[in-house]
Amino acid sequence: MTRFLSLTEADRKEMLDTIGVSSIDDLFEQIPAAVRFDRELALEPALSELELVTHLEALAARNAHTGAELSFLGAGIYDHYIPAVVDAILSRGELLTAYTPYQPEMSQGVLQAIFEYQTAICELTGMDVSNASGYDGTTVAADACFLAKHATRRSKVVLAEALNPQVRQVVKTYAPGFGLEVIEVPHRSGVTDPDEFRDACADAACAIFQQPNFLGCLEPAPDLAAAANEADALAVAHVDPVSLGVLEAPGAYGCALAIGEGQGAGNYQSYGGPHYGFLAARSEYIRRMPGRIVGETIDAAGRRGYVLTLQTREQHIRREKATSNITTNQTLLALAGLVHLSWLGPEGLRELGETCLALGRYAKERLQSAGFEPAFPDRTTFKEFAVRVGRPAGEVVTEARRKGVHPGYALGRDYEGLDDTLLACVTEKRSPADVDRLVDVLQEVAA
Amino acid sequence: MELIFEKSRSGRRASTFPRYDLPPGEVPDELRRERPPRLPELAEPEVMRHFTELSTRTFGIDTGFYPLGSCTMKHNPRVNERVVALPGFRDLHPLQDEDGIQGALELEWRLQEILAEVTGLDAVSLQPAAGSQGEVTGLMLMRAYFADRGETERSEIVIPDSAHGTNPASVAMAGYTLVGVSTDKRGNIDLDDLRGKVGERTAGLMLTNPSTLGLFDESIDEIQRIFHRAGALMYYDGANLNAVCGISRPGDMGFDIVHINLHKTFSQPHGGGGPGGGPIAVRKSLEPFLPVPAVVREDAEEAARFRLDYDRPKSIGKVRAFTGPFGVFVRSYAFIRAYGPALKEMSEVAVLNANYVLARLKDAYELPFDRLCMHEFVLSARNLKRAHGITALDVAKRLMDYGFHPPTIYFPLIVPEALMVEPTETETKETLDAFCDAMLSIAREAEEEPELLCEAPHHRPVGRLDEVKAAKRAIVRYGFEDHPDLSAEPAEAEPRQLEAQKGA
Amino acid sequence: MAAAETYPDDLKYHREHDWARVEGDEATIGITWFAQDALGELVHFEPPEEGSQVAKDSSYGEVESVKAVSEVIAPLSGEVVAVNRKVVDEPEIVNDDPYGDGWLVRIRLEDPGEADSLLDVEAYKQVLAEQ
Repeated sequence: MTRFLSLTEADRKEMLDTIGVSSIDDLFEQIPAAVRFDRELALEPALSELELVTHLEALAARNAHTGAELSFLGAGIYDHYIPAVVDAILSRGELLTAYTPYQPEMSQGVLQAIFEYQTAICELTGMDVSNASGYDGTTVAADACFLAKHATRRSKVVLAEALNPQVRQVVKTYAPGFGLEVIEVPHRSGVTDPDEFRDACADAACAIFQQPNFLGCLEPAPDLAAAANEADALAVAHVDPVSLGVLEAPGAYGCALAIGEGQGAGNYQSYGGPHYGFLAARSEYIRRMPGRIVGETIDAAGRRGYVLTLQTREQHIRREKATSNITTNQTLLALAGLVHLSWLGPEGLRELGETCLALGRYAKERLQSAGFEPAFPDRTTFKEFAVRVGRPAGEVVTEARRKGVHPGYALGRDYEGLDDTLLACVTEKRSPADVDRLVDVLQEVAA
Repeated sequence: MELIFEKSRSGRRASTFPRYDLPPGEVPDELRRERPPRLPELAEPEVMRHFTELSTRTFGIDTGFYPLGSCTMKHNPRVNERVVALPGFRDLHPLQDEDGIQGALELEWRLQEILAEVTGLDAVSLQPAAGSQGEVTGLMLMRAYFADRGETERSEIVIPDSAHGTNPASVAMAGYTLVGVSTDKRGNIDLDDLRGKVGERTAGLMLTNPSTLGLFDESIDEIQRIFHRAGALMYYDGANLNAVCGISRPGDMGFDIVHINLHKTFSQPHGGGGPGGGPIAVRKSLEPFLPVPAVVREDAEEAARFRLDYDRPKSIGKVRAFTGPFGVFVRSYAFIRAYGPALKEMSEVAVLNANYVLARLKDAYELPFDRLCMHEFVLSARNLKRAHGITALDVAKRLMDYGFHPPTIYFPLIVPEALMVEPTETETKETLDAFCDAMLSIAREAEEEPELLCEAPHHRPVGRLDEVKAAKRAIVRYGFEDHPDLSAEPAEAEPRQLEAQKGA
Repeated sequence: MAAAETYPDDLKYHREHDWARVEGDEATIGITWFAQDALGELVHFEPPEEGSQVAKDSSYGEVESVKAVSEVIAPLSGEVVAVNRKVVDEPEIVNDDPYGDGWLVRIRLEDPGEADSLLDVEAYKQVLAEQ
């Protein structure tokens, strides 16, 4: 018996008698002998809880986490401060161990939380309807393309090159199965040119750009949305939730859909997951939305309650015509996002954005006066920016890390002509003194 | 209970930040936010109270018995929550240099090895974020495999009529056409129907074994022969893997691609709907097509070293960012290391528990397939409907009054008034008996006091909710000043209760 | 609220549970009592566009209840000249009055002779008996 099983020998005997068989082996008679596994699983012996913790601590100790070095690494996953209330609420066993709320009377807590999350996402993005989460910031882009294909009946999608490389790669992985052609529009000095974008959008189902983009630069987002709209393509903005206290909402400048990676709001970095993707749309697309949606209603006594609604979109009813095959989503991580956004409030979110802007400006200016030029000097940036370090950036990272500082992401592996360029990210968890240390170390390493 | 937005008051705030004496960063006017988002304004005590109250209105495995068929609602070991929060895991950036992620890569590599052993296959990718995504990934692998061999006429996937809805939805997303095959009276795939449907246009089969009926397909050997002889592949939906760990392996059954649900078999908590993990295991012949990067081990002279390999020219690409949902891997890995080879006992007890409950209930409810079950079983409430007008829905709602989460209802579609029960291995005999006593009591109530059932549940925060109104009104966010007050609107002449499945 | 089970004898029927009222070179079409009963209260009707073509035996739209979605099958071929906007706004009208106010679309017939292959009420009732 292991520590998670309760059946005693006496229990088992009684149960086998009730069933009418003499041994557990009899229960597996229906498995043909040819496919019976007749040896022990070649797995290491069971560990006690103490041994398990020791083993995992040893594995964890071999990872250089952001507490172990001064980190300026961003590029889509961010070291933001996660408040203690998030941890406290996520450890509530009812929320942690509940299933999808198909039986609404048992799950009003989860359902209301999702309704509140949907509201928060709509507020951030300026949209009318949000789903209950997608897998991450990359798959929601594939979802957006699938939605746009069916809404417009067109089979081409446009992606800005300044959109996160992994987002583009995931869209290109799904595209053949969706029957979609993918066109990329190159960045010009760190941003996307609206005229080039408009030309590419002819006959496109949708066009996706990122704000701020992967290079940290602010795109001419209203112009890009207008460019897509002029071609009757759905304008899709991939946005950072943490930026939406200071940057305009996609719904305010003509987008049909707003998508993104929610991690920065509420989730630890956790070596890349689990996190949550968000997807929000104007009301006319509600029936084409992928994923779960919670709606409000009442019971016979007039009490307000929440239920999964418009389920006819989903796989368990519409099967091969479903708006997506998604079932299990990222509810718990989205709930963490809701808690974090509730902790922030509108003023806190604005202040967080202003802090990132101010620290970013300070970092750029200090680096510039130390001889490290921004790669895109005329561009306004948010939270991160590309800086030239005069040597192959990967080498700079290695040497800086020996001095306890991770200076940022080496962009050369994803973009032409940027082999000497780092994407440095400064969040509210870094201070001006931390920035000074970054500058000092880069000076030492670049020398 | 109020929404958090209704508790909001202007000026309240739970967050504070360090203040630095720095000039502000600038944003061009045309890109600046004009009106702030209407996020809740609360101080910390109210934030805690609100979400704590939400949790009390939610039933989890920690609360009680949760026998949802095909969901495997087993206990989530609490030590897993401790280890996932270790800073070396929790605060690790996915773009950290390779020498700084060796612990993470080793954990992933070890988990891959374990899953290969459990499934009887050769290579594993942990990348897919959930079972559904594992399905689409598996289908993309098939397409890449056949394209590589020049067999591009293979456009069809065969799926049994008992299949979970994700299977046909995945087929459509992967650009394949669906061909359905029926189930026979024993609950196996109908082989005569199958033979006529497999040929040169067939790419593969998607099958769950045991099926959604909780029955192991007795003809699995013949099925794999039919598909492999036609040059097609076999895809295993791992939703029901909890029944067969260490007892029968999908690779040995003849399957070429398998997805595993880490949030089912391997204890990742469901979190109200997710996260999950849907890793896939494949035969050697399919390994080149797996998503990038691959996690590989290279033995240096002193110690093992782990690496992310992006040099996979035949890979289908990426289905999710980075290497997948790492926090889920940590929990599943910890779960499996707590069992070791005794994973077999986990499955044995899961199957024993299910057969016990079935034995106690099969006389009071209708039994569609007279066989021993595996880790779950399906009964029908059709006898109650015919005799007393009581539906599976009524049974489910009344079970709530007894303190249990209901089983799955109205699935699989081929059984009318279906009740699909999966107890899992972590329940005591006392809990199973209490559940059976409740189900038998409900069958008696159906005859003697049917109103008790029709009006159930009586003891939850809400009664049966008007899902018709929800679908028609589509109120999907808080409308602030414009938010409708449904309870103040004139009531319908007759409240529109949820429509149960018609027919039978 | 839902209507009593009826099948008017002045209508033609299609075995996928659709009806047609043929008047000269136009026809009004909808779904039968059996279909609305099987679906439950309708919450959505997705109509074709006016001016589009519908083909006999093919789908021309969808109706949805909370738990099910169903294509509606055209009993006859033709061009859509009118869509019942009232049903788009209040789909439950179909449950109340499937043959009157619950009509779905009106079409100009491509080939009035197609109506001969439809079922009369007795033949349709036969189909129902076999369900």
